[in-house]
Amino acid sequence: MPTITFRQPDGAELRVDAPVGTSVMKSAVGADVPGILAECGGQAMCATCHVYVTDDRALPPVSDEEDEMLDCASAPRTGHSRLSCQLVVDEDMDGLTVLVAGEGP
Amino acid sequence: MTVADVVVVGAGQAGIGVAAALREQGFAGRVTVVGREEHAPYERPPLSKSYLGATPVDERHLGLRAGGWYADRGIVLRLGEEVREIDRTAAVVVLGSGDRLPYDHLVLATGTRARTLPIEGGDLDGVVVLRGLDDARLLRRHLDRARTVLAVGAGFIGLEVAAAAHQRGVRPVVLDVASRVMERAVTSTTSRFFADAHRAQGTDLRLRTGVGALRGRHGLVTSAVTTDGAEIQADLVVVAVGVVPDTALARAAGLRTDDGVVVDAHLRTSDPAISAVGDCARFPEPVSGRSARLESVQAATDHARCVAARLAGRPEPYAAVPWFWTHQGPLKLQIAGLGGDLDREVVRGDPAQGRFSVFGFRDGRLATVESVGRPADHVAARRLLAAGAGPTPDQAADPAVDLKALAAVAP
Ligand SMILES: Cc1cc2nc3c(=O)[nH]c(=O)nc-3n(C[C@H](O)[C@H](O)[C@H](O)COP(=O)(O)OP(=O)(O)OC[C@H]3O[C@@H](n4cnc5c(N)ncnc54)[C@H](O)[C@@H]3O)c2cc1C
Ligand code: FES
Repeated sequence: MPTITFRQPDGAELRVDAPVGTSVMKSAVGADVPGILAECGGQAMCATCHVYVTDDRALPPVSDEEDEMLDCASAPRTGHSRLSCQLVVDEDMDGLTVLVAGEGP
Repeated sequence: MTVADVVVVGAGQAGIGVAAALREQGFAGRVTVVGREEHAPYERPPLSKSYLGATPVDERHLGLRAGGWYADRGIVLRLGEEVREIDRTAAVVVLGSGDRLPYDHLVLATGTRARTLPIEGGDLDGVVVLRGLDDARLLRRHLDRARTVLAVGAGFIGLEVAAAAHQRGVRPVVLDVASRVMERAVTSTTSRFFADAHRAQGTDLRLRTGVGALRGRHGLVTSAVTTDGAEIQADLVVVAVGVVPDTALARAAGLRTDDGVVVDAHLRTSDPAISAVGDCARFPEPVSGRSARLESVQAATDHARCVAARLAGRPEPYAAVPWFWTHQGPLKLQIAGLGGDLDREVVRGDPAQGRFSVFGFRDGRLATVESVGRPADHVAARRLLAAGAGPTPDQAADPAVDLKALAAVAP
């Protein structure tokens, strides 16, 4: 099973098993990763699952709805911003590190 | 008395939310969640949306938490078990199996049940409600062979099902006795926008129309006879006429109920050793100042956090801003605050472009914001409502006023 590392703004890290096919957000919630509130349960409706992905491996493109919600996230949006609920885990994500952006709106 | 033993009745969004929030708050006592359904606890919102659509979400991804999560946190899940009785004198709940679970604190998270239609033909095969996973499975099986689905009720569930059916190539018909869609929940501007959009997609939407009877052949539904005498051919009927809070246990135990289990500003029932959360709770809603019962993921999770904080020794009155979303095919609506009895409505943006927000005011104060295609308005609205601040109607109408900036300076 792929593992994903969630790094907090203070540098603390949590390595999490992420089953293929679930979202990066779900794997975070399942491991109680702080700062991933996921208030809407993954419907791209709350932006409380905002992460920064600096790793330059190929990820699916940002959809329109993800794009709109990212503009509303409480932590600043950068070129690395993603909604972790919109990232579906695949084998290629093994070893990915994402930075938790902080609490939502 | 310190609380060492928490029992939660109901393993839905709110019940599991309580267990999760208790552990997050550092609660070290025993936590037991009893749930009537056999399924591992799951999310309901996708059941009327992506689970029914053309590319259905996999059931395994509906889970609220992964399998090992509960045991890892010492949360005892008793699934497929029902709490039959609360013995308040002894402070125990009695399960269907006869087991008795003692509690220091009991949390009722029993949710709601779907209303059914007490009409002729209401028990035909192909007539379904949608509340839980079993209902959704049955509905999906019927959708696989259906040509026309009739949704009785143009509320969120009826319209979501219609949109999902459309995506699958099943023709939707929607009936409602009300004069507009989502009548109880949204303003007329938003109602009109959604009605037009559904019709433009090909949904046969008939308002001010009820169902008098359902007809069938070989036990399977084939048509509905409306209250105005028309006959609508449909081989699948989804009854989406609202829910009733599951208050049976509370009532039998002598707790105060009134279309919901009545709780105070700390979500305590009339017995201080028992709280109620989520869809079944009627609580003093802090933003509107009214007594409300909300059917939303937001209320379920925020109620859960409030009760867990109290049980962990950090009591705070409930203060969350209500919010809600619905997806109807390509259409998305986000709502912050509570509508009803508005004395002024201001539209920002352009419904004709599919991007607008309706700002509703009550007694001169911002009460609700409905946003379509304008998520930034929604997020700003939640902050403004939380701060009890808000734009004036003129500011809301003025596109030059930056709501985000207004929200940022709100006290
Ligand atoms: C199809 C559908 C779509 C929805 N879409 C949205 C949406 O888009 N956005 C949104 O915000 N909300 C939505 N909701 C509402 C949201 O799912 C509910 O508000 C939320 O599930 C409420 O959680 P709850 O725990 O209070 O109740 P429930 O999730 O109903 O859970 C209650 C549980 O308690 C169990 N129970 C009851 N009595 C007993 C007993 N005596 N013993 C043991 N177990 C018992 C029940 O079997 C049930 O499993 C939707 C709901 C449905 C049904
Ligand atoms: S969980 Fe709400 S936007 Fe991702």
